[in-house]
Amino acid sequence: MKRRDFMKKTIVVIAGASVPLSALDLIDPKEVLAANPEIHWAFLIDTYKCVGCGFCVKACKTENDIPFEANVSRTWVERYVYTKDDRRYVDSPQAAQYGFTEAKIDLGEHFGFQEIDPDNVGKAFFVPKLCNHCETPPCTQVCPVGATYKTDDGVVLVDRSWCIGCGYCIMACPFGARFFHPTEHVADKCTFCYHRITKGLETACVNACPFSARKMCNIRDINDPVTKIILNERVGVLKDEFGTRPQAFYIGLASEVR
Amino acid sequence: MKSHVWRPLFVVIGIVAAILLFRAFYVPDNFGSGEYGFMYSFHNKDNDEVWKQQPLKYRDTGKQKMHEYCGECHGGEVEIRTEDLHGTIPCENCHGPALDHPENPELLAIDRSRDLCLRCHTLLPYTTSERKRIPGIDPKEHNVDEFCVDCHNPHNPRLEDM
Repeated sequence: MKRRDFMKKTIVVIAGASVPLSALDLIDPKEVLAANPEIHWAFLIDTYKCVGCGFCVKACKTENDIPFEANVSRTWVERYVYTKDDRRYVDSPQAAQYGFTEAKIDLGEHFGFQEIDPDNVGKAFFVPKLCNHCETPPCTQVCPVGATYKTDDGVVLVDRSWCIGCGYCIMACPFGARFFHPTEHVADKCTFCYHRITKGLETACVNACPFSARKMCNIRDINDPVTKIILNERVGVLKDEFGTRPQAFYIGLASEVR
Repeated sequence: MKSHVWRPLFVVIGIVAAILLFRAFYVPDNFGSGEYGFMYSFHNKDNDEVWKQQPLKYRDTGKQKMHEYCGECHGGEVEIRTEDLHGTIPCENCHGPALDHPENPELLAIDRSRDLCLRCHTLLPYTTSERKRIPGIDPKEHNVDEFCVDCHNPHNPRLEDM
């Protein structure tokens, strides 16, 4: 064998051996579809319609076994009050799980309540909040054990059997959507009611809202009426500058709402 | 180059190899990444199913599906309710989650408390909010210590029909 032939054959053998077995498999369309699902969940909140009844929080806590006594919640409603003398107040007493039954503002444990003269109220509105299920979620990025993750249909979940409760994800979330579960002793967050949406039902909060302030959709289905609103109308997201690409869209945002 | 220069490199390579070897044995086989890659979705693939299997508590699918679950047996009531002022409120908001009703529980625990009505009907002076469209009362003055449902019919709340 000449040296030239030897070199040629060596290259052929090496090239052949370096092709991975998987590259020779025929591509099954079903597998490709499973890897690129046609479902991607998104949320739409119309703040104009919210009246702050807190039925969403009640339904969420009941559906997902979050204790009512603990001051944590997967979803909550914020009240924004602007006075005519240009002061701004925000509160969410007990995540608004019993609604807003007082006109005074809850300033927090150490500051008591702020009475506001009804004639002094300039504008006021309510904003429901929940996990934004970001496209690039910082919370799943920081998990040291791989216990929190984004599913293929775009929902961020926590593996309760694998979570070590270190709290990195709670710190990493720019929206404060995560908390430490008082009885399960793991990080917890909104799951978009994964057990409901995968069965074709609405989430507990969407279901409970009498005013349709909350809506859900599959954002890859352009014929979905809610997807059409997101695509065609003026919607915004919270904390866009963080670059997490939230999937909860808001109608009627103000710069104070973050 | 002398060996004392290379030795730390070999130590580092050894440590990395040891970690990778430990990881290969320690991480269970069902761990993997999905569509969002290693950074965002490295997890136990069986856990999606765990979340899908959570029990349902609220069975009514709300206005969008016209109270499908409740309507199966209470169809007549559901039809009347969707017509009236409170028709947009899902049954389970006041009647409680259906769970496995009618088997378990046989009767739902209806919330008839004042607090439930006050969620919407507390008077808040917010003229720019949708709240202004809902009639409100001051809970400290309006028939304190009485149940709203003693006078008002939640299924037909029109004052002229009281």
